[in-house]
Amino acid sequence: MESIELQINRKKVKVEVDPNTPLLWVLRDHLSLVGTKYGCGIAQCGACTVWIDGEPMRSCVLPVSAVGKSAVTTIEGLNEKAEHPVQVAWDELDVPQCGYCQAGQIMTAAALLKKNPKPSHDDIVAGMSGNICRCGTYHRIHNAVKRAAEIASTSTSTKKK
Amino acid sequence: MKTTRRSFIQKTALLSGVFSLGFDWFESKANTGVIQQMNPVLDANRFNAFLSIENTGKIILYSPNPEIGQGIKTAFPIVVAEELDVDWKQVEVRQANLDTQLFERQLTGGSGALKHSWERLRKAGATARHMLIQAAAQQWGVEASTCKTSKGFVIGPNKGQKLAYGALVDAASKLAVPAEVSYKSRADYQIIGSFVKGVDNYKVVTGKPQYGLDTQKSGMVVAQIVRPPAFGSTLVSFDAAEVKKMPGIIDVVSFKNKVAVVGKSTWEVMQARKKLACTYSDTSNLESDSTHKKWFDEGMKTDKAKVERKDGDFHAAIAKVAKVIEATYECPFLSHTPMEPMNFFADVRPGSVLLAGPTQVPQSAQKAVATLLGVPENTIQVELTKMGGGFGRRLNNDYALEAAELSSIIKMPVKVMWTREDDMTGGIYRPAVRYHFKAGLNEKGEMTAFYLRGVGLNAGNSTRQDNFPVGAIDNVLIESFNYNSAITTGPWRAPITNFLASAEQSFLDEVALAAGKDPIQMRLEWLQKVKTNPVGKITYEPDRFIEVIKQVAEKAKWGKKGPNVHQGFSVYFSHLSYVAQVAEAKIVDGEAKVTHVTAVTDCGEVINRSGAENQVIGGIIDGYGHAMYSKLSFDKGVPQQKNFDTYKLIRGNEIPTVEAHFVNNGIAPTGLGEPALPPTGGAVANALFAATKKRLYRQPFAGPDNANL
Ligand code: FES
Ligand code: FES
Repeated sequence: MESIELQINRKKVKVEVDPNTPLLWVLRDHLSLVGTKYGCGIAQCGACTVWIDGEPMRSCVLPVSAVGKSAVTTIEGLNEKAEHPVQVAWDELDVPQCGYCQAGQIMTAAALLKKNPKPSHDDIVAGMSGNICRCGTYHRIHNAVKRAAEIASTSTSTKKK
Repeated sequence: MKTTRRSFIQKTALLSGVFSLGFDWFESKANTGVIQQMNPVLDANRFNAFLSIENTGKIILYSPNPEIGQGIKTAFPIVVAEELDVDWKQVEVRQANLDTQLFERQLTGGSGALKHSWERLRKAGATARHMLIQAAAQQWGVEASTCKTSKGFVIGPNKGQKLAYGALVDAASKLAVPAEVSYKSRADYQIIGSFVKGVDNYKVVTGKPQYGLDTQKSGMVVAQIVRPPAFGSTLVSFDAAEVKKMPGIIDVVSFKNKVAVVGKSTWEVMQARKKLACTYSDTSNLESDSTHKKWFDEGMKTDKAKVERKDGDFHAAIAKVAKVIEATYECPFLSHTPMEPMNFFADVRPGSVLLAGPTQVPQSAQKAVATLLGVPENTIQVELTKMGGGFGRRLNNDYALEAAELSSIIKMPVKVMWTREDDMTGGIYRPAVRYHFKAGLNEKGEMTAFYLRGVGLNAGNSTRQDNFPVGAIDNVLIESFNYNSAITTGPWRAPITNFLASAEQSFLDEVALAAGKDPIQMRLEWLQKVKTNPVGKITYEPDRFIEVIKQVAEKAKWGKKGPNVHQGFSVYFSHLSYVAQVAEAKIVDGEAKVTHVTAVTDCGEVINRSGAENQVIGGIIDGYGHAMYSKLSFDKGVPQQKNFDTYKLIRGNEIPTVEAHFVNNGIAPTGLGEPALPPTGGAVANALFAATKKRLYRQPFAGPDNANL
């Protein structure tokens, strides 16, 4: 057991855990942030994707001790009002079926758009291929990433005006 | 207040505030309505009906069926809201918990929910609307027939006569319930058939707790269960001394061949269980893939197969035909692998039991737990959580029973969680099946004799003996033979037909080729025959079959796409819906690849265009992915694939594009969670055959051994 300080969704928190505990279980069991999902535990499905300093990472294989001072962002911290372009697009295109994989999909998509605000279809397919959706919502996922890029570009261009 | 099934339709004590409509779902014909008013404070947790309107104007629609990703929580309320004539934006949808007195068929399975509830839901909405009109008409002193409704208001014949439903609730609730109500005409539908987004989208995109695995209750401990690694082996002894020394571990207990490790947190339990030393019974004689192959070979030869259907005389007919076509198809066991693994919460106390978790059949969970613990059913409360998929796996409540049993032993509220490995190796699989087909063609190329034998491992009757093309063929013999395997099986999305359709639609392609006929024309000729002169009993409507076939030929431009697009056709009837598909394959870098699927579905009335598309496209991707890639194999009873690194699920970079069209003919709606899946494997195999001239006989098609046996 160790006392570990983390920065999660712009807040400082302290947890008493075994330092080897994957971040996923710290979030879910110790911090009641259950939006991040468990799907495989071996970095295969992407359900547990969170951001570490803005980079998408598989929290199921990331020991909490390795997080250090990095800023952690989970689905709960993306945008509480669901106003992030990716969340807006996900709702507009009605992507979720069971919804279980979608937190991971959304965190992956939002990170992809930060790096590549105007992705081609191939960029989207490649960027999202690490996340499994057992319900088969892949087409809508791809379309929603494209739509989110459009939403983001119109809102920034309006801002510029 | 005590209600019995019968007394539920009686009027109950009227307290002001909420107008709520219930139905006696237990009388299949006489689903007479009743008004109940309930005190929202007293009955805050009790879901009395499908709808309630508060005098504040708030409209709440309750969805009683478990939501598994099939969109029922959105589809049910759409029907009620349509007939109630309210704006979709006005309503709030809530999940009802298990209540056997108020709801009937609170389950998810067999794609049967809408079919079962369509009339009831319409009646719920329409009855309330009629009573609200009545109340307004009385108030204004006008004829009810001169009033109409629009978006939650009753509008009278004279200027200024407009009242919101909320303002009419108290008066409406004092009226008698009309025995007969009329429904909206289809042309006036505002919500049904439109693109309605899932009611839980906000929760999903912001990561709100909703799933069973998200359950957190006060005093709750977590547990994982170590089960015998091989099917057929039993636990002889275990040593938990090391486990108990691990941090965060509260208890280690054993029941029914299992050892449960109970602890404070998931990770601590995961680490501790690795230290458990178990001895199991001898495993040398347990089932391997080679055992299954031997059984399939024997099963194809045995004279003990059960005759499922016989028309004419197959053996006499096949002896006389001009040409015989024969083929054998086979599929492996499959895991359901919903993204959310099995889990359940149970808190067993003297006199009361609380269960919460993802189940497709909450009522059977309640019953089974009552039997297990020897307590009355009405002391067991079941909270329904949203499910991270199920695909049939959650029709079996083994994991809910484990939680209840464990809680009763350790006397603590506990959430039992299966890891992905537990989930994949823990059983209840899609059974492995082998099919042998034989067809006889006369000189004119007509199929006069048709034979099918299905040999399944824990599959029961692995045929669907009354389904098309049966009914069009004079001499038919259909047999099944089942082996009892130690490997546990259960319904997997579109049970049996998920592979039977693939095999059969592929075989019929072989028949068309041998007969020199176009596969679509061949089906249409058969269906004409069924219309005029069916052979024996049939369970399908030939006209609906014909319509989806004709539409898919047109939409997919059958035979008109040029030499580089290789098409494969398939059509199947299941769960009372009809789905025709054309898959397209192209040669990309020297390899055949399925690039597109066009589907035409007749599921009657389309309730939610968005949800319907999701189900069809999702079903096709599911059917395609598993046909291509997935397989669970066994060595001495042990599943050889344990997680997604070796058990392959389709990913987003491997999908064909899909077009989903609907006949949308206004017939009462039928199932959509499953019927799009069965035809896909056949359409895909036929397209790949068209591209490569190589027939795929064994799933997974992308596997090494897919040739004819
Ligand atoms: S749970 Fe982390 S990748 Fe699957
Ligand atoms: S929506 Fe169900 S797993 Fe993706």
